[in-house]
Amino acid sequence: MSTVITSPDVIPEAPPRGNHTSGKVRTCATTGLSVCLDAQRFIKLNAVFAVVFLALGGIAALMLGLTRWPAVHLLPADWYYRLLTFHGLNMLIFWILFMEVAILYFAATSLLNSRLASAKVAWVSFGMMAVGAVMVDAVVLMGLGDVMMTSYVPLMAHPLFYLGIILVAVGTLIAVGNFFATIYIAKRDRTYVGSVPLVVFGATAAAIIAVVTLLHGAVVMIPTFTWSLGWTGPPDPAWYRIVWWGLGHQSQQVNVCAMVSVWYLLGHVTTGAKPLNEAVCRSAFVLYILFINLASAHHLLVDPGVSAGWKIWNTSYAMYLAVLASMIHGFTVPASIEVAMRGKGHIRGLFGWLAKAPWKNPGFSAMFLSLVIFGFLGGITGVTLGTQQINILAHNTLRIPGHFHTTVVGGTSLAFMGLAYYVIPLIFRKDFYWKGMARWQPYLFAIGITVMALGMSFAGSYGVPRRHWDVEFSGAAQAAGFGSGAHLMLGIMGVGSVLAFVGLISFVLLAVAAVFFGKPIEGKMPSWGEAPVVAAAKPAVPAGAHDDHKAPGTMALVIILLVSFVVYYFANWKALSDVWHVR
Amino acid sequence: MSIQAPEAGWFRPPSGGERTWMGLALVWCLVMSAMMPFWHFKGQQNSTGESYTVEPVKFIERVERFVASNKVGEDKGIPIVEPAPGGDAYLLGRMWSWYPILKLKQGQTYRLHISSSDLQHGFSLQPVNMNFQVLPGYDHVLTLTPTMKGDYQVICNEFCGIGHHLMTGRIIVE
Ligand code: HEM
Ligand SMILES: [Cu+2]
Ligand SMILES: [Cu+2]
Repeated sequence: MSTVITSPDVIPEAPPRGNHTSGKVRTCATTGLSVCLDAQRFIKLNAVFAVVFLALGGIAALMLGLTRWPAVHLLPADWYYRLLTFHGLNMLIFWILFMEVAILYFAATSLLNSRLASAKVAWVSFGMMAVGAVMVDAVVLMGLGDVMMTSYVPLMAHPLFYLGIILVAVGTLIAVGNFFATIYIAKRDRTYVGSVPLVVFGATAAAIIAVVTLLHGAVVMIPTFTWSLGWTGPPDPAWYRIVWWGLGHQSQQVNVCAMVSVWYLLGHVTTGAKPLNEAVCRSAFVLYILFINLASAHHLLVDPGVSAGWKIWNTSYAMYLAVLASMIHGFTVPASIEVAMRGKGHIRGLFGWLAKAPWKNPGFSAMFLSLVIFGFLGGITGVTLGTQQINILAHNTLRIPGHFHTTVVGGTSLAFMGLAYYVIPLIFRKDFYWKGMARWQPYLFAIGITVMALGMSFAGSYGVPRRHWDVEFSGAAQAAGFGSGAHLMLGIMGVGSVLAFVGLISFVLLAVAAVFFGKPIEGKMPSWGEAPVVAAAKPAVPAGAHDDHKAPGTMALVIILLVSFVVYYFANWKALSDVWHVR
Repeated sequence: MSIQAPEAGWFRPPSGGERTWMGLALVWCLVMSAMMPFWHFKGQQNSTGESYTVEPVKFIERVERFVASNKVGEDKGIPIVEPAPGGDAYLLGRMWSWYPILKLKQGQTYRLHISSSDLQHGFSLQPVNMNFQVLPGYDHVLTLTPTMKGDYQVICNEFCGIGHHLMTGRIIVE
């Protein structure tokens, strides 16, 4: 049912009996999905908190961008390091995790026509996460935790810093448990027929990886916490890095899974797309689960304490099959959109379907820009920088933040923003103010982040370090510094970060204005100034004739992607071959 | 049907363009996997991670012995030390400097031992742009051959406290 605005007769016939308590459920007038009111409450709570942390992290981001722009050099050193710690935690951990919990609750209830397993458990989880996050923020702003989000030992923060992180991690783990419990009762009560929908499948993959991730977090944070209290000796720094990255890297895979699920969801609701081959999409999610668990190795590629064999094996075995999975989704998502658009008659040339896509709908533009940024910038740079030997050129330089601002920011965060353009009208049932601003917000954010990330990446190629207050090294015992090329790139980075900040804060304003002051709407999606997606009278392609699903435009796009990938990858090997010899 | 149950019979092998792309992507992943072991044997730049556990105080002693027996000069009070070609060299990272200044010969190979006496640091050689992690308690050995002459800076690219951006050092290659 490729529908956004459905007439009653295309709502799935007699949905299987749900398991809702009466008075605790409503039916969405737009999608026909049932919405458990308990789940709805926690989706709202988690989403609102997520946006608050996004705003806090965003304000810090602006100041960081303006500090690393040498011509501005805004903050003093201590506040730069403090806000850097603050930014990393609020963005990468709090904004993302609160949003993901909201997504899990939605996927397990509405998409399976089930009630939330336990509202009490959801309160406990939410309470722990909220208290933990506020605690961490307070400790950091008081200057008691200037240790970066990685808190590498033996650098030490106040014990409440670690306790806060533990609370957030355990709270999230409890929410994930609630998700699994909901899946279980949905299955037990037969609230749905057949296999679970793809988006639920992807969310489940994310949840499984999240469990492994959060357990690593517990293993590394608990001894660090007891050490900060003086109860135990210091954790070994090499051990800490291995286990910490079991948390730090794998959580990125949670983000990728969640983002890809959101791509499928938004592709469907904005254009009526449906996967060409469900088995392929699902297998790709399974690859994530199976092959990502050791990819934390690519943070340790130039570390002592782990051997070359260990580095190479864990990089290629674990990473490249997960990379394969991303490359598969990178095809299946646009291909499904292409087939849907062609099915609606947009068949002109290779890219006619793309030109006619609903670009004014921020749900669509955010989703598609996220796909492009993640694929062309995030994916290519990530795999290249994560190559064992090439990492010598990149470790801890600005190339690293240049890379991940195109994955977890231009990719995941932008996709989540796109999702919000549906969550606010459908779950909060509020209308947006300033539709024009909403229409350009994803573009502004995408352009800003892209410019900033390119500036970072090129500055990093000149060797400019990340997490560094002064590229002039004024006052250092031995003179050091960077040339005009690096300074130019840092300036570009600065301009990009201002643009990205405006994009981000526009999103926050739109969301806050709609949620708290918006006009209530019942079941109508706001119009973005173009014809809404209407259910095709009959499926464009009759069931069974799957091989007719042709997506030549997507094929052209992914071939361009592959060529860029190969060129960038080997250009880096070439650059590596020019440096000193080292074994 | 991303948000509804898939149609019956959804489990089928990939076909058409999807299959072509999966094949291409897999081949590319295999090429990338092969590049790393290939370079390990044929390439000249590898991070082997060779390292030994060492007590920070013991490492400082070794550095001091190295400085005492190989010192050839001084710059602003910091010793300039020239190890024997093919021999061992030591570099200590500490808050907030790299100690001592090293003087190396182009084309000669050295076993450079790097460690830290306090926090984690990042050995970052500029403008060549080579980067390695430095941990307290681990003697990280780089078997290093400078291929170009010049005056190089070592900066720190792992956050090590409020003076992190002041942490510099120097390697001279003749
Ligand atoms: C307006 C948007 C944003 C801007 C302008 C921005 C800018 C920056 C800047 C300038 C840095 C410092 C780089 C350095 O000096 O080492 C940074 C670091 C970072 N950013 Fe962002 N950022 C934005 C959004 C985000 C988002 C949404 C996330 C995560 C979802 C994120 C995650 C991070 C992380 C993890 C770091 C590294 C912190 C560390 O080194 O410990 N950023 N960002
Ligand atoms: Cu340092
Ligand atoms: Cu440092």
